[in-house]
Amino acid sequence: MALTAIDTAAKKGVLAVQEYAQLSGRALGNLFRKPFYAADLYQQADIIGVGSLPIVIMTGFFLGGVLALQSASTLTQFGATAFTGQLVSMSMIKEIGPVVTALMVSGRNASGMASELGSMVVTEQIDAMRALGTDPLKKLVMPRIVATVAMMFFLVILSDAVGILGGGLVSVSMLGQDGSQYFHTSYQSLQYPDVLQGLVKPIFFGFIVATIGCFYGMKTRGGTQGVGRSTTQAVVVSSVLIIATDFLISRFLIGIFGR
Amino acid sequence: MGASGAFEPGTGSAPPERLWTSPPPATAADNEPVVVFDDVSIGFGREPVLEGISFEIRRGETRILLGPAGVGKSVLLKLTNGLLRPDSGRIFVFGKEISAMREQDLFELRGSIGTVFQEGALFDSLTVRDNVGYRLSEEHVPEDEITRRVTEALRFVELEQTLDKFPSELSGGMRRRVAIARAIVTNPKLILYDSPTGGLDPITSTTIIELVMKQRDVSHTSSIVVTHRLQDAFMLATHRFSRSKNAMEPLPPHQTNPQTSFMMLNRGKLVFDGATAELVHSTDPFIREYLS
Repeated sequence: MALTAIDTAAKKGVLAVQEYAQLSGRALGNLFRKPFYAADLYQQADIIGVGSLPIVIMTGFFLGGVLALQSASTLTQFGATAFTGQLVSMSMIKEIGPVVTALMVSGRNASGMASELGSMVVTEQIDAMRALGTDPLKKLVMPRIVATVAMMFFLVILSDAVGILGGGLVSVSMLGQDGSQYFHTSYQSLQYPDVLQGLVKPIFFGFIVATIGCFYGMKTRGGTQGVGRSTTQAVVVSSVLIIATDFLISRFLIGIFGR
Repeated sequence: MGASGAFEPGTGSAPPERLWTSPPPATAADNEPVVVFDDVSIGFGREPVLEGISFEIRRGETRILLGPAGVGKSVLLKLTNGLLRPDSGRIFVFGKEISAMREQDLFELRGSIGTVFQEGALFDSLTVRDNVGYRLSEEHVPEDEITRRVTEALRFVELEQTLDKFPSELSGGMRRRVAIARAIVTNPKLILYDSPTGGLDPITSTTIIELVMKQRDVSHTSSIVVTHRLQDAFMLATHRFSRSKNAMEPLPPHQTNPQTSFMMLNRGKLVFDGATAELVHSTDPFIREYLS
C-alpha cells in the first residue's frame, strides 16, 4: 500500500517535470515562429516591469538600509566601519538584490499569471482560444516569459542601485559615516565577476517566475478552488526554485571566477 | 426574433427572401463526409470515456448528440476539433486525419470549424466586438472590415447593440448568442455546439435553438449539436427557419428535417445513429427510457 503511494507520487512528480519542460520548450520555440505577439509582449512588460517598480524600489531601499545598519554594528567591533559601503554593495549586487527582487516579482506576478491563466482554463477560455486557431503557448505564455526575463534584469539593476543608495543614506544620516567614502568603497570593491553574477541570476530567476506561474496556471483543474491552489503552488515552487537556483549559480560562478 | 436576413459574412448584401432555402445542388464534394470517426476510443486515467465510436457526418448535415450527463458528449466534440486526441482509432475532418496531425497544423484547420462552448467561453477581458472578431484580427483583417463583419454576425444573433460591452455585462443567454456570433463570423464549414441551451430558461433556449436552425437552414453548415434537452433536439428536427417570417415554423405534420439526424451515447458507446423516425420508434430499452 505504502509502496503504491510512493510509486504514484514519484510518477506524478516525473510527469510534472516532463510537462513543465515541454511547456517551457514549446513556449520558447514559439519565439522564433510567426505570428509574433509584440503587443502582448509590451503589455506584459508593462504589467510585470512597470507594475513591479514600487515594490522593488521599496524593498531594495529598505534592504540596503538594514544591511548598512546591521553590518555597521558588527564592523564597529573591528574598527572597520569604513567597509560598510563595500559590504552593502557586494551583498546587494551578488545576492540580496537578485534574490529578493525575484521573490517580490514571484509573489506579485507568478501568482498573477497562475490565477489569470488558471481562470481561463476553468472557464474554457484556453480551449476556446485553441478552437479559434490560436496557440495559447504562443499568445499567452511566450510573451510572459520574455517580458519577465527582460524586466527582471532591469528591476534587479534598479533594486541594486536603490539598495546601495538606501545603505548610503542610512550610513550618512544615522551612522554618521562619510558619504563619499561609502560610495567610493562601494564602487571600488566591485569586480567584473561580482557584476556578472548579479546580472546572470535575474535571467534565470525571471525564467523560473514566468514558467512556473504559467505552468501551474495552464494545468489548473477543479474550478475556483483549483485556481487558488495553482496560485499558491506557483508562488511556493517558484520561491523555492529561486533560492535553490541561486545556490547553484553562485557555486558555479564562484567555481569559475574564484569569488 | 426580429433579425434581418441571413448571415453571409463578407458579402455585405442580403440574399433574396425565400420561405425555405433548399440545400445547394449536390456536387462530388458533397459526397465527401465532413467528419468521420473510425473506431475511436478515449479514456482519462483508467476510466474509458468513449469506446469504439464510429460515425460519419456529410456536408450540410446536422447531427444531434444525445445522452445522459457525463457520458462523453463534450469529449466527442473536443475530439472533433482536435482539442483532445483519441487513445485509439482515427478521426477525419474535411478529409484530413486530425488524430495524426501536429498541434501546429491543427490550428489552421480549426479556422474552418466554429465551436460554441457550454458556457460560451468568451474572453472576459475583451469586448464583445473583440471576442467576435478575435479570429479575424488573428488573420490580420483590416479593422474596419472586422467591425463590419462583427456587426453582421451580431445582427444575426440580434445583439449588434452590445458591440462595446464586456461579457460580464451580458446575461447568460446573450453570452451564448455572442458565442454563436463568434463561431459563425468566419463562415465555418462545420459548427460544433456544446450544450448551447444548457442552464438557460425555456424562452432563451428557444431563441438559441432558432439561431442554430437559422444557421442550418440558411447557410447549410454541417453541425454537431450536443444537448440533453429533448425538446430542443426535437424542435430542430421538426421545425424549419422561414426567412420571410424571420422566425422558425413547424414542418408539416409527420415531416422531419431530412438533414437532421440523431446519435445517442450511453456508457461510452454509441447506442443509436439514425433518423428522427428511427429514434422515436426504437425498441431499445435505454432509448425508450431516455425519451420517456
